[in-house]
Amino acid sequence: MPEPSARLCATRRYLLGSCAVFIAASMMSGCSASSLANSATDAAAAPPVQVTPGGWVFFTPEEAALVQVLVDRLIPPDPTTPGGKDAGVAVFIDRQLAGPYGTASALYMRPPFADGLPGQGPQSPLTPAARYRQALAALDQHSRDTFAGKVFREIPQDQQIAFITRMESGNLVLNGSNGRAFFEMLLANTKEGFFADPIYGGNRGMVAWKMIGFPGARYDYRDWVGRHNERYPKPPVGLSGSAT
Amino acid sequence: MARVLPATDVVIIGLGWTGSILAQELTQAGQRVVAIERGAWRSTATDFPTTFAQDELRYHIRHGLFLTPAQETLTFRNNGTQTALPIRTWGSFMPPNGVGGGGVHWNGQTWRFNPTDFRLRSHLTERYGAAALPADMTIQDWDVSYDELEPHYDRFEYLCGTAGLAGNIAGKVQPGGNPFEGSRARGYPSPPMQQPYAPTLFADAARDSGYHPFPQPSSNMSQPYTNPLGVKLGPCTYCGFCEWFGCGNYSKASPQTTILPVLVRSPNFTARTQCEVTRINTDSTGKRATGVTYTDAAGEEWEQPADIVLLCAFQIFNVRLLLLSGIGTPYDPVTNQGVIGRNYSYQTVSGVDAFFADKNFNPFVASGAIGMLIDDFNGDNFDHAGLGFVGGGFMGAGQTGGRPILGTLTPPGTPSWGAAWKQSVAENYLSSYSFSTHGSSYSYRGNYLDLDPTYTDPHGRKLLRMNFDLHENELKMSAFLTDRLGEIVQKMGPRQVVKHPRTGPYSITPYQTTHLCGGAVMGADPKTSALNRYLQSWDVPNLFVMGATAFPQNAGYNPTGTVGALAYWAADAIKTKYLKSPGPLVPA
Repeated sequence: MPEPSARLCATRRYLLGSCAVFIAASMMSGCSASSLANSATDAAAAPPVQVTPGGWVFFTPEEAALVQVLVDRLIPPDPTTPGGKDAGVAVFIDRQLAGPYGTASALYMRPPFADGLPGQGPQSPLTPAARYRQALAALDQHSRDTFAGKVFREIPQDQQIAFITRMESGNLVLNGSNGRAFFEMLLANTKEGFFADPIYGGNRGMVAWKMIGFPGARYDYRDWVGRHNERYPKPPVGLSGSAT
Repeated sequence: MARVLPATDVVIIGLGWTGSILAQELTQAGQRVVAIERGAWRSTATDFPTTFAQDELRYHIRHGLFLTPAQETLTFRNNGTQTALPIRTWGSFMPPNGVGGGGVHWNGQTWRFNPTDFRLRSHLTERYGAAALPADMTIQDWDVSYDELEPHYDRFEYLCGTAGLAGNIAGKVQPGGNPFEGSRARGYPSPPMQQPYAPTLFADAARDSGYHPFPQPSSNMSQPYTNPLGVKLGPCTYCGFCEWFGCGNYSKASPQTTILPVLVRSPNFTARTQCEVTRINTDSTGKRATGVTYTDAAGEEWEQPADIVLLCAFQIFNVRLLLLSGIGTPYDPVTNQGVIGRNYSYQTVSGVDAFFADKNFNPFVASGAIGMLIDDFNGDNFDHAGLGFVGGGFMGAGQTGGRPILGTLTPPGTPSWGAAWKQSVAENYLSSYSFSTHGSSYSYRGNYLDLDPTYTDPHGRKLLRMNFDLHENELKMSAFLTDRLGEIVQKMGPRQVVKHPRTGPYSITPYQTTHLCGGAVMGADPKTSALNRYLQSWDVPNLFVMGATAFPQNAGYNPTGTVGALAYWAADAIKTKYLKSPGPLVPA
């Protein structure tokens, strides 16, 4: 570790210096006065906010029930590790869709939209939130049409798995579009929720990290670089502390 | 109408590595410097403290520190038969944003290019004959030599505190270092970093194969370091959150940890953040830059007059701003005339995954630039006769992190979900490993940058259009490198080896690397280069363009070391030549 005094000194000197810059610049043009205000609320500088369980923010109760089943089929429970549902993956996806990810606020969403080659990347005019809303409704409708009025969560597990497999292979049309694109987004978000820091609502109790042996947000392995072929013994910690 | 500000000596567009280096050098030379940066001010304590820097979802998956495509993106197509479409979410590369630029979230892999890389066309023609090069390959010499850049590489490495083991000091090969590197005047400022298990095993296997393993040069600190500016860095803790992340430990060299604490104290220096330069202004002759126009966060437009304009933004944005400002002749691939947008190149990377039965690698014990590598197959370090390609790359075992969302491997044939997937992830996380090759990307007539005819940014200005595909030369090279790497990995005793050579066509989707190069390259001839050997615009002599934008093609190394060296080289030319006699430093 650097000497505490050295680190403190570097930080303080740095902050003082950057303030001086802002003041000098704002006297020049007024530009950096607004910059200073903006950087105080800049997303990069804000600590993450703990997702609290309870209630759905984006999903309707019907959608949430469907997503709970989907994430449990994608990551099923086993004797040692919970599945997607009990790990909080649906809560994670719900909160993500309610935030900047769901609204695609960082993405380039200007027209014209056209279907490109696979190598040109996703070109959907819809936000992730809108894609979920459409696809989940279409999925249950498809289930009702196929299984005598039963929605997805009501059909047998092996049928659910077969259904998802058809989505994965692109053999299921959802609301006029290929189900594979939605499957890929759903699977990516499910794995994100399972493995992300628990502060975002999934990976409850750090079950996914315990499953693979990832120690989480620990920030110092200097004693372990030279310990070759040994299992690291400490339990994981998250951004908001250790697992209960 | 833009409001006009008082004139300054130097205006810098973009406050990343090169902008910070030039600002420091020129304020020390007595120049008044105004740096204009599109993104926010960023500092370690507030933006990536150890309390929340280690967040894979936020910084890697959701791109927390990068430019957003909503602010600016580019369009892409492989070739002229396709219609370019916008990159709506980043994939293959990650354009930086904010103070510190890519220096905030790089891995710290700090390389020098080989001496022959700087006279590539001459060297390859001399050794293999002109017929060995494909007809549409547009590689060229840099018009600067390794020996000229050596003191400037040295300055950048000592600024950063780079940790490594020299392979060649004053012409003498050093044990344990990279024997293929160019001669250096002195060793690295810091000893090499510690190596975890897999890199150590890889080095043994490479040595047994007759190759020459060495520790990767790293600008993550192996021990506390105080640089020549008096700024202190702390030792790396091998936390495993390096590339994509800011370092909360002051252990990774960045503008924040090496220059800015000193620069911000200079009374000659002003930074304006969240201000986007929209144009480099020129006078009625078009031969002299008069300053820049920018838009601030409130949407107000300002004009900053200056005697010298330094274009220090990220590579693609340098090229776009030149095109939007009407400086230099845009490149035309049909006639092969023009220079702005010419010779865009990238990096040809590939990998080898290995699954072991009896090993525990602790992949989370990691740092951006630890690893044991070999350079036996880089550049022209090996005889290419009969191979059917030119170029090469380094390869080996780096260990940049075991972050679980994207860092889990399963053997081929494993389902991507369900019980079998879950079990495989649990079994293989600690005992699997990804090895990599890092190959060159030579330039071609069809690989270029221009303005898109359809898509615009929020200001209504045309987006840049990238025209790029992988060529047979690079695909053959990648197959060759991946095979050699696979042979070494096989000696480590895995139960399964899976090779992933780079294949075409180039896709914008999977992350490969952010080593984007060229588009306004340096050279000896104004017909084939936008910049002279001092990175000075041939067309507008009071404009200098920094960064990998100047690379005529990319070598099989990470670019930042060479970007830093070129920045010091150009700063030296401005201070010792240009300021004394403003005008072209090389007769056109």
